[in-house]
Order: sequence, then C-alpha cells, then structure tokens
Amino acid sequence: MTLLFHRYFREILLALIVTGLVLAVGARAPVFLSIESLNGVLTDTAILAMMALAQMVVILTRGIDLSVAANLALSGMVVALLSEQAPDLPIFATILVATAVGGLLGFANGALVAFVGIPPIVVTLGTLAIYRGLVFVVSGGRWISSDKMAPAFLAFPHKTLLGLSTLVWIAALVAVAMALFLGRTRVGRGLYAVGGNPVAARYCGIDLGLQELLVFTLSGAVSGLCGYLWVARFGIAYTEIALGYELSVIAACVIGGVSIGGGIGTVTGTLLGALFLGVVVNALPVINVSPFWQMAISGAVILAAVVINARAEKRGGKLILPEARRAAAGGLS
Amino acid sequence: MTELARYRVLDRAPRQWRDRLLRWETILLMVLAAVIVFNTVQSPYFLDVYNLSDTTQNFSEKAIVALGMALLIMVRDIDLSVAAIVALTSLAIGFAAKAGGSPPSLFATGLLVGIVCGAFNGFLVTVFGLPSIVVTIGTLSLYRGIAQVVLGDQAMTAYPSSYTEMAQNFITEQPPLYFAFAMFILLACVFAVVLHFTAWGRVLYAIGNNPVAARFSGIRVNRVRFILFVLTGALSGLAGALLTARIGSTRPNIALGWELEIVTMVVLGGISIAGGAGTIPGVVISVFVLGLTTFGLTLLNVPGIVINVILGVLLIAAIAVPIVIGRAVRAPGPL
Repeated sequence: MTLLFHRYFREILLALIVTGLVLAVGARAPVFLSIESLNGVLTDTAILAMMALAQMVVILTRGIDLSVAANLALSGMVVALLSEQAPDLPIFATILVATAVGGLLGFANGALVAFVGIPPIVVTLGTLAIYRGLVFVVSGGRWISSDKMAPAFLAFPHKTLLGLSTLVWIAALVAVAMALFLGRTRVGRGLYAVGGNPVAARYCGIDLGLQELLVFTLSGAVSGLCGYLWVARFGIAYTEIALGYELSVIAACVIGGVSIGGGIGTVTGTLLGALFLGVVVNALPVINVSPFWQMAISGAVILAAVVINARAEKRGGKLILPEARRAAAGGLS
Repeated sequence: MTELARYRVLDRAPRQWRDRLLRWETILLMVLAAVIVFNTVQSPYFLDVYNLSDTTQNFSEKAIVALGMALLIMVRDIDLSVAAIVALTSLAIGFAAKAGGSPPSLFATGLLVGIVCGAFNGFLVTVFGLPSIVVTIGTLSLYRGIAQVVLGDQAMTAYPSSYTEMAQNFITEQPPLYFAFAMFILLACVFAVVLHFTAWGRVLYAIGNNPVAARFSGIRVNRVRFILFVLTGALSGLAGALLTARIGSTRPNIALGWELEIVTMVVLGGISIAGGAGTIPGVVISVFVLGLTTFGLTLLNVPGIVINVILGVLLIAAIAVPIVIGRAVRAPGPL
C-alpha cells in the first residue's frame, strides 16, 4: 500500500490538486459542480488530453514535436474540404482519412529525424511553418464554415453515449490504448528505456531510428484525429485554428509530470495535467474572472509544476552505490 | 615550436579546400548569393537601396534578439519567452510614456524590464536546475499572460513623436540607415569579437561542448548561463523598445510567435542545437538570407503564410543537404 502510494505520489498529489480546485470553484459558484458543467469540462479537455498523450510519447524518447498544432489544422482542413466535396462520406472513412493524413505528416517528421539525423526540435520547427502554410495553400485561404460541412460530419463529436460525448469516449479509448501500449508491450517499454539511456537501449538491441519513426507517426496520427474532431466540434476550419496550441499541449505534459529529459511520464499524470488546464479554462468565466487571466495562470502553474517535479525526480532515483549517491548530490554548481 | 619537440599540437586541424567549401558560412553565403541573384532577376525593385533599407525594419528587432539566443543555444540552453518579454516590455514602456517619460527613459524602461525577465528565467534555470525549454515555456505564458491581464482587449497608442521617430526615421541619409538596423550591426560586431576573440567566448564553446568538463576546469558554468539569460532578456527589452517605437502601439499580441522565428534564424545560422558549435557571422548571414527571401517573395506578391512554408523548407533543406553530402564525402556537417 505504502509502496503504491510512493510510486503514484505525483499522480495522487495532482489528482488532489485538481479535485481541490474543482471544489474550490464549486464553493464560489455551485453551478460548476453540476453534471452538465463537469461534463462540459471533460468534453473541452478531451482533445488536449489526446494531444498531450501523443506528445508525451515523443518527449519520453527525448524528442519534442512542435508541429502538432499545425498538423491538427492541416488534417482538419483536409477533411473539412473532403466533407464539402463528398458530403456522403461515412464518418468512419473521415476519421480514417484524418488519422492517415496526420500520420503521414508525422511520418515525414520522423523520417527527417531518423534518416537524416536532424534534431527533433529543428525538424518540427520547420514543419510547423510548412504544415501551417499548407493549410492556407490547400484551402486557398478560405474559411470552411459549418454550412459547408455535412450534418453527420458535424454531429459526430456531439453525440452522447451513457451521458458522455463521443469526444470523451474517444479520448478514453486513446488513453487506454496508450496505457496498454506503454505499459504492456515490448516496444512501449522500449520507449522508456531509450529516454532513460539511449546508449544502453541501443546496446540492448532497440532500433532507435525505427522508434523515432514510430513516435512521430503516432504523434502525427493523433494530431490528425484531433484535427477532425476540432473542426467538427467547432464547426469551422481556417488557417489559424489551434495557433500556438503546441505550447498548451507541452504544458499539459509538463504539469502532468513528464520529464523533458526523457524516460519519465505516465498516462494518468498526463491526463491529469490536461484536466488541470481544462478545469482552469472552464472555471475562470464561472467565478467571474476575466479569461485574460488564463495565460498568466497556466504560466505560473507550469513553473510551479516543473519546480515540484524536479524535486520529486531528485528524490525518486534508485541509487544503490554510495559513490553514485554522492555524485548525484554534487552535480553541477 | 622548437626542433626538440617530439610532436606538435596544432591550434586547429589543418584546413583543406574541401573543409573551407563545406564550412557552414560558405554554404550560407552561396544560398544568400542565390537569393540575391534570383530576386534581382525576378523584380527590378529588389536592388533599390531605399527598398532594401525599408526591409531591414522587418527583421532588425528579431535579429538583435537572435544574437543573444545564439549564445544561449551555444551553451545548450534556449529561451522561448523572448517574444513574451517583448510584449511585457512594450507594456511597461506604454506606462512609462503615459507618465511622461523621455525617449531615453523609455528605452531604459525596456532594457530594465528585459533584464528582470531574463534574470527570472536564469534564476529558475540555474538555481533550481530546471530544463530551460520548460521554464521558458512557462515564463512565456506568464509574461504574455501578465500583458494580457493588464491590457485586456485595449491598446496603448499614446507615444511621444520624439520616441517613435527614433525608429521610424533614418538616422543617416547616406547610406539610409534605420536605428534598429544600425544597432543590430553594431551589436553583431561586438558579439562576434567577444565570441571569437576573447577567452570568455571560448568559455561558451567549452560549456556547449561539455558542461561537466567545463565545470571541472574551473568555469562557473551556472554563472555564465545566468548572465546569458539576462543578456538575452536585455536584448529582448531593447527589441521591445525599438518595436514599440516603430509601430507606435502596444497590443497584447505584439511580437506573437517571434520566438520560433528567432530560433529559426539561429539554427539556420549554423548554431548547433546540441550546443558548442556555430559562429556569429553565420547567424548574421542567416538573418540576411531569411530577411531578403521574405522581401523578394513579398515583391512577387507571395502571401506571407506561403513565404513561411518556403522558409520552413529552406531551414530543413539547408540543414539536411550538408548532412547528406557530408555523409557521402565523410566530411563534418554543421550539426
């Protein structure tokens, strides 16, 4: 029991903070605690949560994907145009196309990282600009509004099952799949191994290049899926949708305890990180705080989270040899 | 070097023509030449001294910040909060102008705010030992968030003309030079001398190549990193003061997204994102490549967002092609 508590200390702490926050907002404005309101928070957070999970997988391997928001916008625009041209396309096919387009864009990132050997931050900085610009190119700078999209295309994210929206169900599905992948498969465990020590992982026979291809394709595919969901949910597609969203996604990861140095991060933590940001965004209007506060608050929270996580990481190591312990305590001054 | 020496240690590896040809700065210069030739052929308005002078206004402020960013990336750090610092600086200058500050005091306000913001970044990174990318994503939100809270959906536009004219008018007619561009050239010279001809400059390379070894050889690594964060903050403050004067207004979304453009300038300039390699001349050439490409394409009526696509391709291609060629001829690439 205590062992479990120690292992999941960060997640438990974060869960308590999120719960505390929800209750505190509820004390000021009871309407926030209503089922519809909380349901709305979940629906609002679903896309951020999926994007954060995908980003976590990249960060686990010491990479970073800055192109996710641009990828979301491009994939979303492609399916919006598709819906305009072919309104009868089944939803299943739309989702498949969005995911495939996103996955392809992610694969391009992965190929540049794995085969050419350009650092991930440089590659995705470049493709961020390219993908965002391509949204303008494929759409000719037009706005595709809801009246040009098929009704079924628009209705899908808003459908509910057992009281929860499709968005929440898809996010839950992605989260479970991710948890199983990271926790129960050889490839998933390999991601943690590479993040922890790439050289050692290489000597264990893990193909680093293949892994980079995999994580970037995965990140792209999830961004593509979210592209469709975003466009359908808000009923509009244009060049600037989700502009700068990559920073919110990374912020959710950081708050959720994912270490930018690689090898550390859990599905639960990342979900809670996304939920935290979602609660803050939704709570501000309810307690009559100007939405302009949102950015400053999330900045302060990110800083608090990294300081706390850095301390937790220092404590949590399993250094057996006294020499190693001394070396870790010394560090750089 | 006497005859008695059993072996000689060279200051640098012997240079061959191939090394010179594959130097990052040489490649960039060739790209720059291509850009100039292409644009001159495409448009008669390109090689006009007043047009070129006007176009420097579009990149000088970013280029000034890029100099500080180059040194930070050199020591394996990064500052993504620079554009947010510009926004916060602009806000502070707005208040100072409201209080009736003179142009020099407005610039001083900008520098001061930049220094404080940079120091806060440096403090978090060096004292708590946090990764700079995460810290500056946090302070990016914090600084711009503060500007948003204070400004809301308002704008500050009451700036004295003596201040705005400093950035909007030429400081010399022959050649026609703007203040921001002159400042950039001056600072670039200072940075180049410090980085390439002083012991302190060598220290940055040492840290970038191996921070632990640098620490063990007596370099106060964290103090240097802290100074670089303060320096980059100060340059962002200066850029904020110049930008505010140029556009004569402060809005919450001022300089939005600049951080990525500035990092692009630095990385294309050949500063290795892994630290410890690159030169200031490289960054300066890269500033001109990006600035003149943008200007030339604008003359051809290419939309701004499409120019971004081309710059993105340029960034990736400029880094990928030498790596691929380098792999083929077994010569070192830029990264």
